[in-house]
Amino acid sequence: MQTQSKQKLLHAAFIIAAMLTTITAQAAEIVVDQHNKTFVVEGNKVEAITINAGDTLRFRNDDPFFHNIFSLSDLKTFDLGSFPKGQSKTVTFDKAGMAEVECAIHPEMYMEVTVK
Amino acid sequence: MKTHSTLTRMLHKVLLITCLGAAAAGVQAAEDYSSFLRPAEIPQPDNNRITTARTELGKMLFFDPRLSGSNWISCGTCHNPALGWSDGLPTAIGHGMGVLGRATPTILNTAYQPLQFWDGRARTLEKQALGPIKAAGEMNQDLDEVIKELSVLKGYRDAFEDAYPGEGITKKTLAKAIATYERTIVSTESPFDRWVKGETHAMSKTAQQGFEVFLGKGRCVLCHGGFNFTDNGFHNLGLKGDDDPGRYGIRKVKILKGAFKTPTLRDVELTAPYMHNGMYKTLEEVIDHYNRGGDTKDNLDPNMQPLHLNASEKAGLVAFMKALTGEPAPVTLPRLPVE
Repeated sequence: MQTQSKQKLLHAAFIIAAMLTTITAQAAEIVVDQHNKTFVVEGNKVEAITINAGDTLRFRNDDPFFHNIFSLSDLKTFDLGSFPKGQSKTVTFDKAGMAEVECAIHPEMYMEVTVK
Repeated sequence: MKTHSTLTRMLHKVLLITCLGAAAAGVQAAEDYSSFLRPAEIPQPDNNRITTARTELGKMLFFDPRLSGSNWISCGTCHNPALGWSDGLPTAIGHGMGVLGRATPTILNTAYQPLQFWDGRARTLEKQALGPIKAAGEMNQDLDEVIKELSVLKGYRDAFEDAYPGEGITKKTLAKAIATYERTIVSTESPFDRWVKGETHAMSKTAQQGFEVFLGKGRCVLCHGGFNFTDNGFHNLGLKGDDDPGRYGIRKVKILKGAFKTPTLRDVELTAPYMHNGMYKTLEEVIDHYNRGGDTKDNLDPNMQPLHLNASEKAGLVAFMKALTGEPAPVTLPRLPVE
């Protein structure tokens, strides 16, 4: 009887581990370039983007001056600090909702991130 | 025949080379630097297009001291067209001769700016326009009161009706009219613009060398880019003894502590003293500040660094900035309604 319980527990652990692996595998990393003071994804200027919960945005500076990406949204508050051309910073969105992302230095750079 | 043909061909070649050379000299500037020319169209919102009636009404309001609580200060008191649309003071003087904490920014080319005020707290000129009127330290006016005062004057009733038919005299139309007038205050052609268009002698050699420093070693263009010579961004320049939080008062992000909006360099020669607190009297002092890489390093903008400019390069930068002064644009004062 005790052995059976142990087996059940092991089963459950395997299932949870498998689920976690699946979630991790599904999570994507999307590169958002900062180019000419705009947000660019796959070569296109974007002001809104939809991602899945668990996805990561990698903000990559392609301009010859510093950027400082941040959000003060309820969904996700973060300040990536300033970083120069060629460097990037990441942020992962865990929960569903909407976040407004800006560059502190250049507030014209504004993007809405919808997390499903 | 042969000789004639050879000569003709030679002449053709000479002409071609001359033309190509001239084109290269002229066109190069136009192609390379055309982004530094002011776009002909003034940006304007769909719900407040620029019309003559709106501009004229806005000008009346802009220069009318009765918009202030004391009936003594108009928008034009601080934004004086004779002083580059500023006031020539380190920081502004407001209601009751009170000295304010920040310099009066020029309103030249504000139509092209996405955010207004030194700290960018207003997203449109319509939202900006009423701020100084009602601010206790500035024009100290009760907006409901000023609407009543304007409404008893037939001259204003007619002007508002012409500008905004059926909308009446309200806070909204007051703001829209002033914003419209402000939008029409744009920079005029400067020696630099003529040089960009191909007039090679429009700007002195010193200024041309200064432009090279501006784009390169001086790192100025990193923030003062584009035709309006601003990135419309916010930077802490490390001014000694300045504790104004600046943009941080609007956005609580660390880098914005002590950061202020990059001002235009158009007509900058006319708008001394400089910086948001007016601490530098001359452009030479400003260049020295940047050459040091700023003074206070706490939360200094990461683009700032010592520049190691020599005297000739600094002189070039100043000459270049003075070449951004536009042709004088005469401003006629409106006759204000008295009944």
